[in-house]
Amino acid sequence: MRVAVLLKQVPDTTAKIGVSGSRVDESAITKWSISPYDEYALESAIALKESGADELVAITFGPQRASKCLTEAAAVGADRLIHIVTDADFMDSCTVQSILSSAIERSECDIVLCGKQAADTNSGSTGPGVASLLGYSCVGSVTEVSMDGGKLSATRLGATGLERIEVSGPCVFTFDKGEVELRRPNVRGIMMAKKKPIESIGIEDLGIEIGSPRASLKSHSSPPEKPPGQRFEGAGSIEIVVGKLRDEANVI
Amino acid sequence: MDITIISEASNESLHPVTAQLVGAASSIGGQISVICPGGVGSPEAAKISGVSKVISVEGDCFDSYDCMAWSNAIVPFIDGDLVLTSSSAIGREMSSAIAAKKGFPVVQDITSLNDGISVSRSIFSGKAIEEVEVSLPCALSVRANTFQPAEGGGNAEISTVNVSEEVSVAVKEALAKAGERLDVAEADIVISGGRGMGDPSNFSHLYEVADEIGAAVGASRAAVDTWEEIPHSMQVGQTGKTVTPSLYIAVGISGAIQHLAGMRSSKYILAINKDPEAPIFGVADYGIVASWEESIPALKEHLSAIMSD
Repeated sequence: MRVAVLLKQVPDTTAKIGVSGSRVDESAITKWSISPYDEYALESAIALKESGADELVAITFGPQRASKCLTEAAAVGADRLIHIVTDADFMDSCTVQSILSSAIERSECDIVLCGKQAADTNSGSTGPGVASLLGYSCVGSVTEVSMDGGKLSATRLGATGLERIEVSGPCVFTFDKGEVELRRPNVRGIMMAKKKPIESIGIEDLGIEIGSPRASLKSHSSPPEKPPGQRFEGAGSIEIVVGKLRDEANVI
Repeated sequence: MDITIISEASNESLHPVTAQLVGAASSIGGQISVICPGGVGSPEAAKISGVSKVISVEGDCFDSYDCMAWSNAIVPFIDGDLVLTSSSAIGREMSSAIAAKKGFPVVQDITSLNDGISVSRSIFSGKAIEEVEVSLPCALSVRANTFQPAEGGGNAEISTVNVSEEVSVAVKEALAKAGERLDVAEADIVISGGRGMGDPSNFSHLYEVADEIGAAVGASRAAVDTWEEIPHSMQVGQTGKTVTPSLYIAVGISGAIQHLAGMRSSKYILAINKDPEAPIFGVADYGIVASWEESIPALKEHLSAIMSD
């Protein structure tokens, strides 16, 4: 069993997002991190490796700076690092998914772990889309995956509650935030990771045909500013405010 | 343009977001058909005005949720060049899997839809908005409560098809039942507590207020991370849920940037916090500087009085 984990580098969730010239101003973002849900996927991927998976391949798709995700993954146990380099600021789902599926296929991984959505685009298309293209099963909103004698079982948040499922055959798991504690790399891990080679490839190296774009970004904008609100002091003002909620805002 | 809507189910009946999907579809025209996975809610879907046909896709594969089995079963019945789903977890997975199988692009969680096809959606959990142009055919998932629902009074023909699909995901054990309560992402009023609530047991006071006004109860990331009694499913903000209710009540929440991102697009915001400098007041329409201990009983009393008027 070979495990791939898909890691996306996004602005840290504490970052302010500014817009300049109808595009998000990336130059103002000082801290980039692995997308939070992908971190849970990485944690589970390491656990799978510890319980006997043959290899853990970390894959990222993005500009040069994104290679930092891979080094971080290596520091906690990823065996092989693949960076598909692109400078494109926007790609449609068809393109992203065919590139990632092709990279997974080339690395011969039958288990794929990723976040349920990225913290920048908030979409959640990649996991199920990649599974569909590869012909794998897909289990979403997972908080934990474990392997027992070649069988994979997972805990997922289903429509009726938390449930344990079993899956047969190759599968993509998309991760939600779970109870699992994320491990931090130790010094030795960090030193080893610095030496680990990153296989840096271009989209053209994947040998797939990329069609013309099917979706394009027209603009980014900031959410509308709100006028300053009304301020009240003390719990005695609750009655007035409740009246305003009814008569002014008409929301109750 | 023909539009295919994949209906959303909730407790074995049709989820109200389905009528909103029909409303969104009607705004750009075309013949509208609704596919009901597992047949759930098909009689109700047929009554939505503007729907021309309902396809009830039934079979054993719909007994429990398997993204691939469901999408494989549904794909053969999609004839529209625009596919709409809700942007719930299952809705997003369906739109994405169907799109990939049909070779369509997909755009998730849209909040506006115009001819062309041009859509807008929030990114960075609400810190910015993006406008995207998508070529047909395509799949879109739609955020709940952003489109006017289509009205009732329809009388569409229902055709039932029986399918069989290979299922690869087997549910072995139910570990915890989902709460009976409304989900924060779907509720029209949300009341959320932060670490300022002091102790997770104090959330019971928020539930009491919520019960008065039919609200869902949410929490800040700080509360979820600090107290294991507060599940992540309640978390509003960048690593939780983005919400856009008519009224958002924040109690004892200071307003970290990640939290503000997830709730600032609410129509009205009421913030209650004892710290007059709390950043939450910067986005609040109504800000009350007071402790929750004093405010919540008063809030419950006055809301209760209004609701019984």
